[in-house]
This record gives sequence, structure tokens and C-alpha cells, in this order.
Amino acid sequence: MKRIYVNEKWCLGCHLCEYYCAYANSNESDMVKALKNIKIRPKIKIEELNGVTSAVSCRHCNEPYCVKGCISGALSINEGVINIDKNKCIGCFTCVLSCPYGAIEPDEDGVVDKCELCMKNSFGSPQCVKGCPNNAIVYEERG
Amino acid sequence: MIAEKYMEGNVRIPSGCAISGIINTDGKKINGEDIIKSIEVMHDRSNGLGGGFAAYGIYPKYKDYYAFHLFFDDNISKKECEKYLERNYDIVEVSVMKTRKTVSITNVPLIYKYFILPKKSVLERLQLDEREFVVRSVMKINSEFKGCFVFSSGKNMGAFKAVGYPEDVGRFYRLEEYEGYSWTAHGRYPTNTPGWWGGAHPFTLLDYSIVHNGEISSYDANRRFIEMFGYTCTLLTDTEVITYMIDYLLRKKNLTMEEMTQVIAAPFWDTIEHMDEEDKKRYTYLRTVFNSMLITGPFSILLGFEGGLMALNDRLKLRSMVVGKKNDTVYIASEESAIRVVEKELDDIYAPKGGEGVIIKVKEGVL
Amino acid sequence: MAINFLYPKFEVIRNQDRCISCRVCERQCANEVHYYNEESKVMLSDESKCVCCHRCVSLCPTKALKIVKTDHTFRPHSSWNSEVIEDIYRQAETGGVLLSSMGNPKEYPVYFDKMLINASQVTNPSIDPLREPMETRVSLGKKNIDIERDENGKIVDNLPPQIKLEVPIMFSAMSYGSISYNAHESLARAAKELGIVYNTGEGGLHEDFYQYGKHTIVQVASGRFGVHKEYLNAGCAVEIKMGQGAKPGIGGHLPGEKVGEDISKTRMIPKGSDAISPAPHHDIYSIEDLRQLVFSLKEATNYTKPVIVKISAVHNVAAIASGIARSGADIIAIDGFRGGTGAAPTRIRDNVGIPIELALASVDERLRAEGIRNNVSLVVGGSIRSSADIVKAIALGADAVYIATSALMALGCHLCRNCQSGLCNWGIATQREDLVRRLNPNLGYKRVVNLINAWTHEIKEMMGGMGINSIESLKGNRLMLRGVGLNEKELEILGIKHAGE
Repeated sequence: MKRIYVNEKWCLGCHLCEYYCAYANSNESDMVKALKNIKIRPKIKIEELNGVTSAVSCRHCNEPYCVKGCISGALSINEGVINIDKNKCIGCFTCVLSCPYGAIEPDEDGVVDKCELCMKNSFGSPQCVKGCPNNAIVYEERG
Repeated sequence: MIAEKYMEGNVRIPSGCAISGIINTDGKKINGEDIIKSIEVMHDRSNGLGGGFAAYGIYPKYKDYYAFHLFFDDNISKKECEKYLERNYDIVEVSVMKTRKTVSITNVPLIYKYFILPKKSVLERLQLDEREFVVRSVMKINSEFKGCFVFSSGKNMGAFKAVGYPEDVGRFYRLEEYEGYSWTAHGRYPTNTPGWWGGAHPFTLLDYSIVHNGEISSYDANRRFIEMFGYTCTLLTDTEVITYMIDYLLRKKNLTMEEMTQVIAAPFWDTIEHMDEEDKKRYTYLRTVFNSMLITGPFSILLGFEGGLMALNDRLKLRSMVVGKKNDTVYIASEESAIRVVEKELDDIYAPKGGEGVIIKVKEGVL
Repeated sequence: MAINFLYPKFEVIRNQDRCISCRVCERQCANEVHYYNEESKVMLSDESKCVCCHRCVSLCPTKALKIVKTDHTFRPHSSWNSEVIEDIYRQAETGGVLLSSMGNPKEYPVYFDKMLINASQVTNPSIDPLREPMETRVSLGKKNIDIERDENGKIVDNLPPQIKLEVPIMFSAMSYGSISYNAHESLARAAKELGIVYNTGEGGLHEDFYQYGKHTIVQVASGRFGVHKEYLNAGCAVEIKMGQGAKPGIGGHLPGEKVGEDISKTRMIPKGSDAISPAPHHDIYSIEDLRQLVFSLKEATNYTKPVIVKISAVHNVAAIASGIARSGADIIAIDGFRGGTGAAPTRIRDNVGIPIELALASVDERLRAEGIRNNVSLVVGGSIRSSADIVKAIALGADAVYIATSALMALGCHLCRNCQSGLCNWGIATQREDLVRRLNPNLGYKRVVNLINAWTHEIKEMMGGMGINSIESLKGNRLMLRGVGLNEKELEILGIKHAGE
């Protein structure tokens, strides 16, 4: 399946992916309205160490620990994409602890939130990829 | 009267045209009447502003001498020119060109014919071969002698041209009194100027004569290139530049007639890529070395030369041209009708492909 | 603190209503114009540092930014204009020679804009490039040869070495050092895909790029940096750089701070040392010396590579070119006074040399008059901005053109003309690792390819209009050009008629 991959060689650490992610999942039609004076909670995050930056988001693992550990059935795999049903989430955060990438985080309502490849929002394809100015984030099929 | 600045040579004149050629490969003589009939059929392809003929094998008596045909505006220019000729050439005969009064042919200049040979002493002094010296003389007279124009300079051949419809021009020059093994004809449709006698086709240099229908888009690229090699384009016509290019390739670069056609109407690179190795190498070489000699834009040309006739279309075939055969006679014309009028029953008739040179040579030894 | 006489040239206009303080502008500005004020939670800027490169504008996700020229003014004076005044203040402060980069920005006439192209009507047909073949291939090199035949009468292939180009466009010399590794990779890959060539400039050839050799011109300039036998044989041609349009008569200087590990290796000079190219070649003080270098290089490459001699367009260019055409060189490249540079003394860039259109016209005419045009191919550069410029240059007599500025613009260059600072925000004219990374060659090369393909389409359209289906028949075809608003002398030099004639 197509996944998001990041090549840190081309990551500029500009953080635009975070903002495009936050906007895509805001349900707002205007970026300014969505993000002005707000502390964003993007589902992709730039990590930095010794001057090397890279964007990290859900890998949509084939055998995900998060889904395995979810006690309420809120996390599920649909055609390879790991989805979160916020109505089912009870906020135990087992997934947060078990994700080896740190790609799942609690949101402001006490339930968890994660990348769903923009499949469920109005954009329909990953906006972090589209917004990356240097093609460091790609969405593609790899073996 | 049209202003001087619009006259031939001062302005570039695009023109459309009709062409026709007849050759007997056995070297048998053909009367001039045939070619007149052929070109006459295509009357509507000319507009009365120029017509002309070239004939080969017509001066057997003086076949070793250059037959210069000259137009003079007046006797003063004629004298000037003759002084030059006398200094540099042995002249064996001078005569007024035979003509017949024709209502539609007006403003007739003085027309003279000279049979001449460059003086040995002159050639030795200049260290030039005979043909190169003749070319330079023609260039000199045409560009430097006011009121003089050499319109034919080959051996055992001659060009005949004037302002008028070609059939009238043929009768004006009494071509029915000439016998040649090869003939070409031209009817001209220039798009401006009242026409000038020198500007009519064929355009000739040595024994090369060119009749041409088309307007080449590569004109100035070709002109500026060829002028590097001692040619001076005074008429600003396609025919003039094509003649010089052919002379350069054949005479100075020693290309064969076939190779010459592969230069001026070179195949597309795409076509060359798909040729067998040997052809590919040769075509690539010729196109690369002679890149400025490629002619683009529409043309169909007939090149007359001693012992043969060559027909060539531009590589896109943007001008019509058909070839017909009957026994040992070959006919080439802009339209089939111009062939059928002379020979109803043909053994073969076809339209050559764009860029495909048709070379017809009189059999070895018959001339 | 001394008085600062200089007011910032540009103003950063930030629409605070649209700014979401994502700070991408701050992170992307190597000049450190933008900063975030934690207390008031707004983005602010220090405009005195802005070079107007538009990196922030291009990346701002909410289009909250624009850069405008300041309308701050001195008391208007047509002779002592603000530029003149500011230059004086700057020099009074530093005591130094003013430096700038990219081409001459002054308002000299652009002759390309005063020439119009012909098209066919009625008497001959225009040709539709979508339906008929339209050829743009050219080969550069000496063509003036005698036909030789073998014993069977077949022509012997005695063609001197040539550069084959699918379109008559080449990327002109920019050294690794003046531009980044990624910029070089982008140009090399684009040249390969397009079937054209790029040029190493005087910076040697990075070992990674030997694979693009067939599409590489290797340059030998006055500093001889990075020149060795393998280098000379790596490319498809060798170029001797005698001069550059942006700075005729001047050498080059790559400051030591740009000479890192990689560049030091490629240029074969110690790390951190200044790379100084002298103004002249110290083994060429005259034309006969040039001939010796031409043949030295031919010897070194076993007569398999054409040799280019590149000169800047100066007053006596026609005579100089005529000398070069007789020196054994195969190709002459002429760089006009608007040609770009990574750094040049401002006064030289703005006041030395002549327009490429006039230089080209007079060189082509002179070589033809002397009957030696066929000894060499002619390549011109120095602000070729579009396909129309190319068509006009070829009709004037060029075999091909060199482009650089427009290729860099395809890579993102915004012509801020601050290359000499080494802080190129677009990753082009810089060696700072974090900035170089901003130019991803996978994206960059594709944009260059797109640009050349687009121009090629346009060239074909214009050729088709003229009824010319091979670019060879456009070369020197000056009847296809007419001048507008030019005086008699200009028309005479250009060798064209006025429109209407």
C-alpha cells in the first residue's frame, strides 16, 4: 500500500508539514481561520537531533502494537490504514505508550488522535506531503 | 514606372512558377517546339513576368568554347563589357541573338552571343583553372558592369529568357530552330516588380542551369553562407543562390550529383537514424559538414547540366512535380498535363518523393 | 555607534491578520530578517537585512508576506539618484570596491526586444510542428574540411570532433564553489535528459559527476583549478575561458570559507584557502600563446574533443574572434555585457563590455567576410531570456546559445543578486550545508528540463511559422528579422532591415 516516507536528506526542518496537517484536520476552509492564535496539534512532527531534522508520523504498521493493545476497539485497520474511532476511545493511552514512533498523542479532549493519511478529512490525500517544499515527505508504494 | 528601389536585385522577390524538362538519354536531338508546347499548357502558373529555356547540345560547332549570352542596356555598356572580354578571352565568334518580333515581348535589350575561351596567359597569371576563372568573370560582369548581364555561360548549351509568358519567349527566340538532347523551361509568377529580363529563369552558371518553382525559407542562411566562397548574389532570387550552392558542392567540393541532393534536401534526422550503418554514416557526415547548405521551404527544381538532368523536390514535397518516361525520353514537369501534351502514351509516370533526387544521364559515349 | 547612512532598500509587509506565526519565514531566512516575539506573540522583522529573495514569501503558507521596494527617498535628482548616493555612503564607510552579482541591471538597450521575427503568408506555407517533423538538432565544431574519398570513391569520415545538441542551448559555466553541489547535479542531470551539455566552470569536476561526462564541457581558466588529464578527457569538449561578460578583464575569487572538504578536493587546493583566478592567463599574453594552449589541450585529449574559447564581448570583439577562428579553436563562445556572475566588482559589471546582439552580429559578419565562419561554431550568452531571444540570436548567426541565469531561475533563483554573500536561501549560490539541502535535485532538474522543453516547443512554433523545419536553415538567416525603433547604424551592425522594408 502507499505510505508516507520521509527522506531526512531533504528535510529542511521548516515545520510546514505540521501546519498543513493541522489545517487539513481542522475542518476549516481557510488556513488563517483554522490556525490563527492556536496552539496546533499536528499528527506529523519534526524531530531534530544534531542538526538533522525529519518528520515523524504514523507508519501504518502491518502488525501495529497500538491496535493490538487497544482495549476498547477504538483503533482498527481498514485496508492498511490505521483508523481511530474517537467515540470508542476511553483514554487509557496504551497505544501512546506502545507506539515505537511516538506517533500517537492524546488530544485536548482526553482521547487519542493520530494520522489517518487525510483519508477522512475533506482533502482525501496527505497534506503534509503536498505542503512539503522540498519533496522530503513522499506518499508512495514501496516493496 | 516602378521606382528603382523595387527593381530586381534591390528587393527580394518570392515567386511561384511552372517548370518542365525533356531529355533524351540516347542523346537524340529534340526540337525546341516540344518544350514550348509543354510549358504553354501551364500558362496559368505564370503571370507574364518571366519565361525562359535552357537547351543542351545546341552549339556542336563551337562545343569547346564557352557560349556567353549577354543582355546589354545599351551600346555603351556593351563596349565596356567587350573590352573586358577581349582582355581576358579569345573570342571566336560574336553575333546578335536570333529573335523574332513578338507583340507581347517588349522592352527588348541588346542580346548578344559570344563563343570564347579564357586566355592561357591570364589563367597562368592568376593560377586559376579555366572553369573557376569563367565563374569569376560572370560574377564580375554581373555585379560590377552596369547594364550588362551574362545569362548563359556554358559550353554547347544556352539559356534563353525574357519578360513575358514562356511560350511567347520561346517563339521570340525562335527555339524551333534549335535542336538539343535536353531542354528545360520555366514560367514565372513573381509577386512584385514588373519583372526584369535577367531575373527570368533559367539561372545559369557554366553548364549548370536551374529552373525552380518555390520560395525557400532558408534563403538568407544559404546566401550568407555561399557568399563566403566568392559568389555574389546580385538578384536576391532563390534560383541564383541554389545555382551557386550546386556549383559549389559539385565543382568545388567534388560531391556527386546524388550526394549534392542529399545535402540540399537532406533527410530528417529521424530518417537517418533508421538507415543502415553505412548510409547513416554518410548522411550524418554530409548533413553535419554542410549544415548551412540545407534548403528548407517549398521548391521543385530542375538542374540541367552537360549530359544530364536532375530533378529535386524539397523534403516535405511542398511543390508538385511528376516524372514521365517513354522509350528513351524522360519528361519532368510541375503538372502531368504538361507531359501528356507532348507524349500521350507514356511507359511510366510517377511523382518522386520529397527529397528524392531524380538523376537522368545521357548514356555514356553518345554525346 | 557610527551613524548609519543607509535606509533599508526593502520593506517586509506582513499582514498580521493572515500571519499564523508558524515561523517558517524565520527558519528559512539565512539573513535572519524574521523573528518571533514571545511576549507579544507576533512575528517581527529586521528589514535592513532583507535582500528580497522571496524565500519567505514563497514558503509562507497563508500568503501573509510581501516585499516591497521602499519609497523612502532622497531629494530627487536625476543625476545624483539614490543608488549613486547610497554607493557613496557605502564606500565612505568601508573604503572597499563595491561587489555585486548576476547580470548588469542598468537600463541599456536590449536589442533582442527591438527585433521582430518573420512568418510565412501565401507565397510559401508555414509548417505545423505538431504534424510535421521540426528539427532543432545542431552540432558544434569545425566544419571547414576537404572531402576525402577512399579507393572505392566513398567519402572518408574526416569530421573533426563535434558537440551534438538536441536543442541549440547549453548551460554556461558555473563552477562548483560558485554554485552548490545540488545545483550542479540538477544541471548535469537536466543536460543528460535533454541531450544537451552543461559546463563545469573553473571549479573542477566533482567525482560524482564524471558519469555525466558526455554532457559536460570542462573548463580551463586562468587559475587552472581542478585541471588534470582525466578531467580534460571526462567531458565532451574543453573550454578555455578568456573572459566573462559580467567582468571582462577581471579574474575570479572564491573566498576560503567556501572551500570546504569537497571543493578543496575538486579544485585541488588546500581546504580553507582562497581560490584566486588571475585576470589574464599568465601563459597567454597574445593570440599566438592562445594557439599554443588550444593545441596543448588537443594533445592532452588526443584530438578527440572540440576546444571552445570563451571571450567577453568587448569593443574589438570581431577582430579578436577572427584571430581565435584561426587559432585552431573549434568553437567561439561570446559572453555579452549582461551576463551573470557569482560576484563581480559593481563598476565593471555595470560599465564594461558591449551588448551581445551587436557583438554576435559583427563577429558573424566579420568571419563570413573573411571566409572563415565555417572554421568555428559560434555560441553566445549573456542574458538569453526566452525562446524568442534564442530564435533571434540564431537568425543573427549563432550556432547555439549559452544560458545560465534562466537555468538558475528554473532552480529557484529570484535574482536577488546577493550571490557573493554565500547565503543563498534557495540553495544555489551557497556552500552552507543546511542551505544547499534546500535545492533537491530531483525537483530541480525536472524544472530545468521543463523550461528547456517549453522553450523548444516555442522555438519549433516560431520556426514553423517561418516555414523553416530545420534550425540549420535559420542560422544566419537575417532576412527573418526586422528592426523596430533602431537607427541606421544599429541596423547596419545587426545586418537587418527595418520593419516595413
